[in-house]
Amino acid sequence: MAATAQTVAQVRDLGKYKHGWETEIEMETAPKGLNEDIVRFISARKDEPDWMLDWRLKAYRHWLTMTEPTWAMVDYPAIDFQDIYYYAAPKNTEGPKSLDEVDPELLRTYEKLGIPLKEQEVLAGVQGAPKVAVDAVFDSVSVATTFKKELESHGVIFCSISEALQNHPELVRKYLGTVVPYTDNFYATLNSAVFSDGSFVYIPPGVHCPMELSTYFRINAKDTGQFERTLIVAEEGSYVSYLEGCTAPMRDENQLHAAVVELVALKDAEIKYSTVQNWYPGDETGKGGIYNFVTKRGACRGDDSKIRWTQVETGSAITWKYPSCILQGDNSVGEFYSVAIANNAQQADTGTKMIHLGRNTRSRIISKGISAGRARNTYRGLVRMGPKALNGRNFTQCDSLLIGDRCGAHTVPYIESRNRTAKVEHEATTSRIGEDQLFYCRQRGIGEEDAVALIVNGFCKEVLQELPMEFAVEAQKLVGISLEGSVG
Amino acid sequence: MAGLVPIAETAGTAADSGADWLTGWRSGPADGSDAAPDWLGAVRADAADRFAAHGLPDRRVEDWRYTSLAHLTGLELDWAPAPADVAKESLPALVFGREADCRLVLVNGQVRPALSSVPALPGGTVLTSLAGALASGHPGVADLLKRRVAATGGALKALNDSWLEDGYVLIVPDGVTVDMPIEILSVGTGGALPPAYQPRNLIVAGAGSRVTVVEHHVGLCIGGYFANLVTDVAAGAEAIVRHCKVQDESREAIHIALLDAALDRGAMFDSFCFTLGGRISRNELRVSLDAPGAHCRLNGAYLAGGRQHCDHTTSVDHAAPETHSDQLYKGVLDGRARAVFQGKVTVRQDAQKVEGHQMSRALLLSETAEVNTKPELFIHADDVQCSHGATAGDLDAEALFYLRSRGVPEGQARQLLVEAFLNEAIDAVALAGMRLPLERNVARWMAERPRS
Repeated sequence: MAATAQTVAQVRDLGKYKHGWETEIEMETAPKGLNEDIVRFISARKDEPDWMLDWRLKAYRHWLTMTEPTWAMVDYPAIDFQDIYYYAAPKNTEGPKSLDEVDPELLRTYEKLGIPLKEQEVLAGVQGAPKVAVDAVFDSVSVATTFKKELESHGVIFCSISEALQNHPELVRKYLGTVVPYTDNFYATLNSAVFSDGSFVYIPPGVHCPMELSTYFRINAKDTGQFERTLIVAEEGSYVSYLEGCTAPMRDENQLHAAVVELVALKDAEIKYSTVQNWYPGDETGKGGIYNFVTKRGACRGDDSKIRWTQVETGSAITWKYPSCILQGDNSVGEFYSVAIANNAQQADTGTKMIHLGRNTRSRIISKGISAGRARNTYRGLVRMGPKALNGRNFTQCDSLLIGDRCGAHTVPYIESRNRTAKVEHEATTSRIGEDQLFYCRQRGIGEEDAVALIVNGFCKEVLQELPMEFAVEAQKLVGISLEGSVG
Repeated sequence: MAGLVPIAETAGTAADSGADWLTGWRSGPADGSDAAPDWLGAVRADAADRFAAHGLPDRRVEDWRYTSLAHLTGLELDWAPAPADVAKESLPALVFGREADCRLVLVNGQVRPALSSVPALPGGTVLTSLAGALASGHPGVADLLKRRVAATGGALKALNDSWLEDGYVLIVPDGVTVDMPIEILSVGTGGALPPAYQPRNLIVAGAGSRVTVVEHHVGLCIGGYFANLVTDVAAGAEAIVRHCKVQDESREAIHIALLDAALDRGAMFDSFCFTLGGRISRNELRVSLDAPGAHCRLNGAYLAGGRQHCDHTTSVDHAAPETHSDQLYKGVLDGRARAVFQGKVTVRQDAQKVEGHQMSRALLLSETAEVNTKPELFIHADDVQCSHGATAGDLDAEALFYLRSRGVPEGQARQLLVEAFLNEAIDAVALAGMRLPLERNVARWMAERPRS
């Protein structure tokens, strides 16, 4: 215990000293509720240009005319949008004082994932733990800056969107809202009005981004809050791989999360966007879990461009998320690989949209849904071949696995083809873990839970192998952990 | 008068959705006879209120997302068409290549005994008109109808519920096998105003019975009409009901059909739908597998060209364990035609050991054709095997090349491939005598399609 206390102290000092985090921002909290003044307040706090404020206000006014969508197969009590803080400084005082006070369940999970003790504190939100990006703290303080230098030498811009608004307003203005307009949907519009922060990535023409960009490495990543906004622009002939999230369960004060992610791929550019989402799913009855209502969309603007979404969704009480691709450029490619695991009372309604507009556009959708306990897991997707999508090609495979007789697995694909030369194929299956597979494992001395984890990992393999290496290993463990207690 | 529907005050929402297309509907069926039982008036009025509350579904209604009925509201309809003068000789006999041994003819939704030929059917099997069955107070008919009317089912079913005047009724007692296929010929005729008719059909198959019904819908006119049909099927334990429908309505007709089947233990429902005609057509099947061992096969083939819009919607409810469903729909689209396939398979909680499979494939032959597919699976049990598949696209270029390389001209090669494509679905028709005429229909359609 003494050692733990010592590390806590050390880490706390580290955070305070080297980064000087406790700035005046921490003192400011806007009152609860949402109105134009709050929107103005947020914009003013961030010292945003006028056009940004105008845009936020337009979004806010439009949001007032909208109603909450109800079509997804998720149930939750009505959200009081006036009972939310839209601008709140990080709450340092409310976290546990040391790891001793953290829910032992959570710690057990960290241990299984093999997360170092110091990192655990950050994740658990232990009071005083540094708020800088995880890896940056533990390896060495200079890691983050080293990365920044290397990125700068390639001309890559990787910073928070607030910084980008200060330093590169012309770029933000050119692309923000061009993929997800502020009128898009209820939650995206809300996000447009009140987004707190998020990431901005710009890859100049012809640059192959030298490293996997991760929110891990970005300073300020942890306080992006509940209305995160990410914008990634890949210029002609460039390449970037971006990792979002983290395999360890994150403690979070905010129940409602409405993020927006926009990707723009110009000619010959390629963007890989990988997500591992493991937010707090709530207790066994689903109480207290995070509502994750996210709008993610990528535009393949240029010819021969490519966007790939890979997601592993294991957390949140409710997931409402449809990473999509608009294939505008000729020969552009959209891919979507997804594993969604819902256990206990979790509800996931997720999928993708592939909108084929250009010629010779191709898309591929591989979705693996796993339901256990009393969870509900829905795949909802759209594949649309426009009249000009000559020789468009889509292949979709959605498989659902059921573990237990009280869960649900649903598949709701929409397939619209308006082009003769386009070829669309969709297939979906739903079944449970084969008795014979389980028996085979059990007979060889593998415990039931391990056997289930093994089989489910095999079921998800096609998707997990699309993840960057370091994520893939952790994601495999995560699959096993997420399904704990679902059998036997 | 039982048939009078007091609706004028409540029809606001329905009327809002269009012009005067409901004018004639508001006065209700002119049933003329006092034979209609008292309960019927209340049932109709209640349904009329339900319709008025819904209004006609627009594309914001999820079930009608891809099918617009805007065309309908632009029409001025004749809701109580006078019996049309139809000569027996002018009736087509396409289905079997000849007149069936047992044929009931409906003209504009009304049963016409003079045009029909119904021999004595085995074991007390009854084939009659709904009007007749209601007038004679047939207990089974009234009970089933009351039950089914009470069930909700969307605006167009409510519209049909509000009418309940005529249609065909087929009652097969327990254990009876009816060997000869029963043909129902439904004829639509034009008129100064397009007629609107809403037959309500009932098929009651007793435990262990076997029966085959062939419905043939044709238009004896070039102009349009609006047919809003509802067919209720109740299959007792171990019953086998085969239903084969050929829809060859006038190219201007609007044909909206709902078939609602409930299957008891071990019962089997086999449906095949061949869609050729209609300006806007929708064939909706709802099958409820209520007890273990119930099984349904839903198959269909469609051909659409010009500006035709054809919609096949199915919903299979696996309400009991050990139930089984299989679906295959294949279609060919040309011109500016649009096709819709929506297939929903639901497996309820505790309905274990269920199998449900579904496949939808569409061929697009023209640049301007469109197909929209929405197969849905809602699974609440774990010991199940469910799947669906959907494809859309042109003919396989390699298959075409293969035939061309062997000297088959392109037009002929395409025709062969299209026929082969549809024959997979047609092969599933249980009634062997039906297959050849259907295949001929495909060949004729291909030969007659305008060259692009």
